[in-house]
Amino acid sequence: MDAIEIRNFSKRYRAVTAVEDLSFSIPQGQLVGLLGPNGAGKTTTMGALLGVLLPTSGTVRVLGVDMVHDRFRALPFMNFSSPYVELPYRLTVAQNLQIYGGLYNIPNLRARIDEIAHELRFTHLLNRKAGKLSAGQKTRVALAKAMLNKPKVLLLDEPTASLDPDSADQMRTFIANYRAQTGATILLASHNMAEVEQLCDHVLMMKGGRLVDQGTPMELVARYGEENLEKVFLSIAREDQGEDQDAA
Amino acid sequence: MRHSLERIGAVLQRYVYLMRSSWPRLVELAFWPTLEMIMWGFTSVYLVQHVNNFAYGVSLFIAGALLWDLLIRSQLGVSVGFLEELWSRNLGHLFISPLRPHEWMAALIISSIMRATISVLPAMLLAIVFYHYNIFTLGLPLIGFIICLMWMGWWFGFLVISVIMRFGQGAEVLAWMIVYAIAPMSAVFYPISTLPAWLQVIAFILPSSHIFEGMRAIIIHGTFDAAQMWWAVGLNVIYMIIGVIVLWFSIQNARNRGALLVVGE
Repeated sequence: MDAIEIRNFSKRYRAVTAVEDLSFSIPQGQLVGLLGPNGAGKTTTMGALLGVLLPTSGTVRVLGVDMVHDRFRALPFMNFSSPYVELPYRLTVAQNLQIYGGLYNIPNLRARIDEIAHELRFTHLLNRKAGKLSAGQKTRVALAKAMLNKPKVLLLDEPTASLDPDSADQMRTFIANYRAQTGATILLASHNMAEVEQLCDHVLMMKGGRLVDQGTPMELVARYGEENLEKVFLSIAREDQGEDQDAA
Repeated sequence: MRHSLERIGAVLQRYVYLMRSSWPRLVELAFWPTLEMIMWGFTSVYLVQHVNNFAYGVSLFIAGALLWDLLIRSQLGVSVGFLEELWSRNLGHLFISPLRPHEWMAALIISSIMRATISVLPAMLLAIVFYHYNIFTLGLPLIGFIICLMWMGWWFGFLVISVIMRFGQGAEVLAWMIVYAIAPMSAVFYPISTLPAWLQVIAFILPSSHIFEGMRAIIIHGTFDAAQMWWAVGLNVIYMIIGVIVLWFSIQNARNRGALLVVGE
């Protein structure tokens, strides 16, 4: 059974089509990059995988569970981190993590919080209010929240946004180690192509709500005859712009 | 000078855009003066009619004010609980967690009980100190009044949340004002009979009006009108069912619009 399975998923908002006939599956234990320019449909896809966005058509399954009708069977085993969804800023980091630990029924919560704070190197921030954290610290705490329940399926939206190169590297190492130790399936949306190249087994390239290409980072680089994934990304993102200019 | 006027104009333009994009903000502008005119108008009519026979005036007004505030705090307890998540952009985290809608509603209700207790209990005690009025002399029926008014605040809160989920954060002013819209018909400070006939019909379908009528029956006549209590309970059951269903559909609607991860203005 694939950990993530999307079949013919489309999402339309009146006249706007956010995602059109998207199909892909991710085997358990894979770390997959979801790439695409702004408006490509990445957030819509993640929303559907989390069950907080209903498809116009198609099916979305996580760990074999239909996320439209039965999402509460899968949600205890999933988690999500995004710099665009924040934690209550008047609570301390520890209080925030206690609340989320409670929502996920995590046993020995205090010990788990200490463990994750140690692993992500923010023990000294536990008693600081979330609203007082720097952008990079918030990103680390958000990742800790996403790791609290040791998810089997982890969705990460820009996990290293706002981090300095050293912190970002630590974070990437942490994500890679977590996958290696637990066999978790990770879907990672990022605009940092070097990060995707370093971490991901497989890459899904979206554009205009459609899946335009996929493969391992090396396969994509070879297929497009480019130096690296960033050049591949630019080539795909600017494809229509080139056509538009030709037509003009 | 010209540049200064342009900058002032730019800020004003921002407020005009904001108001134009949010009908609740526009409604709020006219809401409070209208409400106060209606409330004080009916209260004055009642006072004029009973000016020579008003031995229970202090009790009626203080008990009315305290119980009315209980309803408001209860509704705000639910609505503000939701708004806190919205303000901190945390709603997405809640809805992607295993927290089920009925569990969330239960948590909002318990939080509302805590907030209402913290805010109204001190006022009840201070009324004894300042005015020698002890609301607890209403006896056992007071428990029924409190439960019914808080219950009403809960389903009212659910409806407010549903509207905010539908129209976005611009509708949050509703959380602060909407319960006041029923204040004139709730007959907090005067009996339902003071109202014109068409408003009495609306009053009859509000649990709060039955509670305040019951409160007056105890204060003025020393009798507990069980029928009023049963009306309040029956109406609350119906509205609670409606409130839960409406909120459930609002969540589904927000899922359909993809609004749960990004609810904003």
